[in-house]
Amino acid sequence: MKFHIATIGAALAVTLVAQANAQVTEVPFYFPVAVGGPITKLIDQFATDFNKDNPTIKVAPIYAGSYQDTIVKALTAHKAGTPPVASVLLSTDTFTLIDEDAIVPIDTFVKSADDKAWLGGFYKAFLQNGQIGGKTWGVPFQRSTVVLYWNKEAFKEAGLDPSKAPQTWSEMTSMSQKLTKKDAAGKVTQYGVQIPSSGFPYWLFQGLTTENDVILANDAGNQTRFDDPKVIEALQYWVDLSKKHGVHPSGVVEWGTTPKDFMEKKVAMIWTTTGNLTNIRSNAKFDFGVAMLPQGKKRGSPTGGGNFFIFKKATPAQQEAAFKFAKWLTQPERAAQWGIETGYVAVSPAAWDTPALKKYASEYPPASVARDQLQYAVAELSTHDNQRVTKALNDGLQAALTGSKTPEAAMKDAQREAERLLRSYK
Amino acid sequence: MNAGRQAHAYLMLLPALALLVAFTHYPAVATLVDSFMSTPKPNRPSVFVGLENYASMIDDPIFWQALRNNLWFALATIPLSVGLALAMALWVNGKMMGRGLLRMAYFTPTVLPMIAVANIWLFFYTPSYGLLEQVGGFFGLPSHNWLGDKSTALASITAVAVWKEAGFFMIFYLAALQGISPSLREAAAIEGAGRWFFFRRVLWPLLMPTTIFVLVNAVINAFRMVDHVVVMTRGGPDNATSLLLYHLYEVGFKFWDQGYAAAITVVLLGTLAAVALVQFFVLDKKAHY
Amino acid sequence: MSQAGSQSAAGIVDTVAAWLLAILWILPLLYAVWTAFHPSEYSAKFTLLAPLTLENFERAWQAAPFARYFLNTTLLVTLILCSQLVLCTLAAYAFVRYEFRGKNVLFALVLVQLMIMPDILLVENYKTMSKLGLIDTLFGIGLPYFASAFAIFLLRQTFKSIPKELVEAATMEGASSMQILWRVYVPLAKPVYVAFALVSVSYHWNNFLWPLVVTNSVNSRPLTVGLQVFASTDQGIDWSIITAATLLTAAPLLLAFLLFQRQFVQSFMRAGIK
Repeated sequence: MKFHIATIGAALAVTLVAQANAQVTEVPFYFPVAVGGPITKLIDQFATDFNKDNPTIKVAPIYAGSYQDTIVKALTAHKAGTPPVASVLLSTDTFTLIDEDAIVPIDTFVKSADDKAWLGGFYKAFLQNGQIGGKTWGVPFQRSTVVLYWNKEAFKEAGLDPSKAPQTWSEMTSMSQKLTKKDAAGKVTQYGVQIPSSGFPYWLFQGLTTENDVILANDAGNQTRFDDPKVIEALQYWVDLSKKHGVHPSGVVEWGTTPKDFMEKKVAMIWTTTGNLTNIRSNAKFDFGVAMLPQGKKRGSPTGGGNFFIFKKATPAQQEAAFKFAKWLTQPERAAQWGIETGYVAVSPAAWDTPALKKYASEYPPASVARDQLQYAVAELSTHDNQRVTKALNDGLQAALTGSKTPEAAMKDAQREAERLLRSYK
Repeated sequence: MNAGRQAHAYLMLLPALALLVAFTHYPAVATLVDSFMSTPKPNRPSVFVGLENYASMIDDPIFWQALRNNLWFALATIPLSVGLALAMALWVNGKMMGRGLLRMAYFTPTVLPMIAVANIWLFFYTPSYGLLEQVGGFFGLPSHNWLGDKSTALASITAVAVWKEAGFFMIFYLAALQGISPSLREAAAIEGAGRWFFFRRVLWPLLMPTTIFVLVNAVINAFRMVDHVVVMTRGGPDNATSLLLYHLYEVGFKFWDQGYAAAITVVLLGTLAAVALVQFFVLDKKAHY
Repeated sequence: MSQAGSQSAAGIVDTVAAWLLAILWILPLLYAVWTAFHPSEYSAKFTLLAPLTLENFERAWQAAPFARYFLNTTLLVTLILCSQLVLCTLAAYAFVRYEFRGKNVLFALVLVQLMIMPDILLVENYKTMSKLGLIDTLFGIGLPYFASAFAIFLLRQTFKSIPKELVEAATMEGASSMQILWRVYVPLAKPVYVAFALVSVSYHWNNFLWPLVVTNSVNSRPLTVGLQVFASTDQGIDWSIITAATLLTAAPLLLAFLLFQRQFVQSFMRAGIK
């Protein structure tokens, strides 16, 4: 008898599993691992939990490398006809994704009042990049801003107040002068400040331009202002830090080594992403602080990082499933957990109101600096043909920083190239 | 010869030839065709545009820069890696102390993946605390940002390529040297010939076929090695280290400009074809196999 | 006397130069070993008393699915090498033992690939792969390399040098064409096979750009691409982990070379690769 029940039970189970299988909607989900090991575990955990809550959906995260690698993969796959259903990609690639007809607006799925409340719940600064032509194309997920990290010990040694970061550009210069140390031979052993310029210098530069009260491109993404006098002025400030004042390493500074430079005490202040907080916190052997970027004419920083996109070539069922996942991921508790474990900025005010994040922020104030900076933040530079336009700006910035062009000539050249590229989008 | 044997021969050739055609000849021709077509966009299918892609190539300063960089890269890596390979082989082939260790040291770069060692070289070049800096600082040399300065970035990249290649080429020279009878050297020694004389008059001509084989490989590699650029500089600063294949990768897989990517590919193919012709008609006559 | 003196002086200069170069050449490996076995604060400081640790290997191993990458790479190089050996042996044999129409033209067509490696044609080959539905598969990474002009060329040279008498003897014994290939040609070309296998394996173990383009996921990603994904610098470089991962990645080839270096060199020597 026992045997019979077991058999029937097994048969039943098999049937159930088979049925479940028949209805499962697969959601391949590209994710850029920008932060290394622990992140993949967290995302895997999220996917597993979500799949458990929604037995008819199977979200499968695929780790595709850096943001650059991931957009390359996603678009190449789209062109080949087999795109992922969803992907986290740089918010700046929105124009490109629309131009390639690769994604669908999120509004398509926002139907209930609950959905609308959810979409309205994000920080406006984070939504900006995803909203084009009256539609919302991307859900903020892995977002950051640029912040300044400073070494409190170095400040003490230089006779500065270790609890105060520079508040203005001129203060940053003068503090850097005190922080720059030289050995007997006149060789610099510690620089005052460092703003990395390899890979994507435009992003950090956008901190300077925003502070100088200028926006690099229009909302329609077809007109840039690289040769605006205020842009040139901002670049001049950056170039002068090393050329005139000698408080910043010369030439192009590698983004990847910047946190390490800071931890090795080769530089007293660095500009980098909030996403580096956890890394620096666990590896720096000294007391350090995190501050908003200093102000020029005003405060400012670009937002950065990734949005969640849903791809057009997926089936409606897959798209709905992806939307469900996006909504699930950005619920306040999860957004809070994500922020705590990675250092990225939790994307909605509601997340910052959760007990977990409140506790974390009060125990560790640097964690909320990026959020406080959001009121001054602008959308990251994004245009049509974004990769090329951005490259034009990057090349110009690197040319000026390496001294092969003056800031003015570099920005004029970049603007000319951008105009040429954007001609067909006007 | 009978028809059966012919059929048999074709059958044996078929798999290899079919694959070669599918992944070498067909794409080479398709690239040529594509280079006269516009890049397809969602609402604009690909159309014939004549020489437009080539015209934009001529207008593209980054293309010229990449070409120039690549020529310098080739001109530096080829003689350096081949020369060092020969020196290494001569040393290791002699009666030098610890030559097993030497041979191993020279050969290790070949088995280390470029993508990984490029990260290590990145450390060597890092300003302030990188290895070069620490060694240089010991001798009182000034600090230098090797990869962040337009005047030294390409040279730094080149050094990595030479380091990677020389040991591999050494193996070929070593094999050739071991095939040369030791009695030749003894005979030369008896006649009182100096080392340099022996090398120039005896060894060098005997090694000629190997040199040519290695040279051709070095030329191909000079247009094929980009892994370290991807990791170390991404073509920067301001395109100072952009090589043709890297530029092609960017245009093809970052800008998705297929038509233009095809035009660049055609230039690369043309360059390699020219090398092949030179090898066939000039060098082959000098080398007696 | 003075002659001998200058010779030994030259010998010393030679020895010193050779060793300096060797140190320079092995330096990245030494650095990798140093950094991988020490805590990360010692990745830029070289003090004798730094504590040893295996933690970096543990972290690296956990941070990425290296076991899967190892499996992928091993399968990939095996797949490529086996196909190359079989396909190219057959092709080379046809070129040596048979007379047929268009032989020279076909051989010239083969030689084209010596110059134009599939790497350069990655845009078109990507299109082909996506038409065949082979994107993100090991088969797709390997397929363009299955037929190697280099192998065909090498084997043809070797087969040509095999004495006619041996072949005639086998024919007298009534061996078929395939039996002759298997019993006479292949055994005699063994050193060439070994030499070619070394070149092929070390090339494909370390190949990067094409696998980067055709793979999307962990299921097909080989070690090199996995390493790049893992070392992406968005978050800053952690050399301790990267060097540990590098050593993991390169260990099989490095060990194989250390164990078999004499055989490798001898294979090259006997293969008479020119």
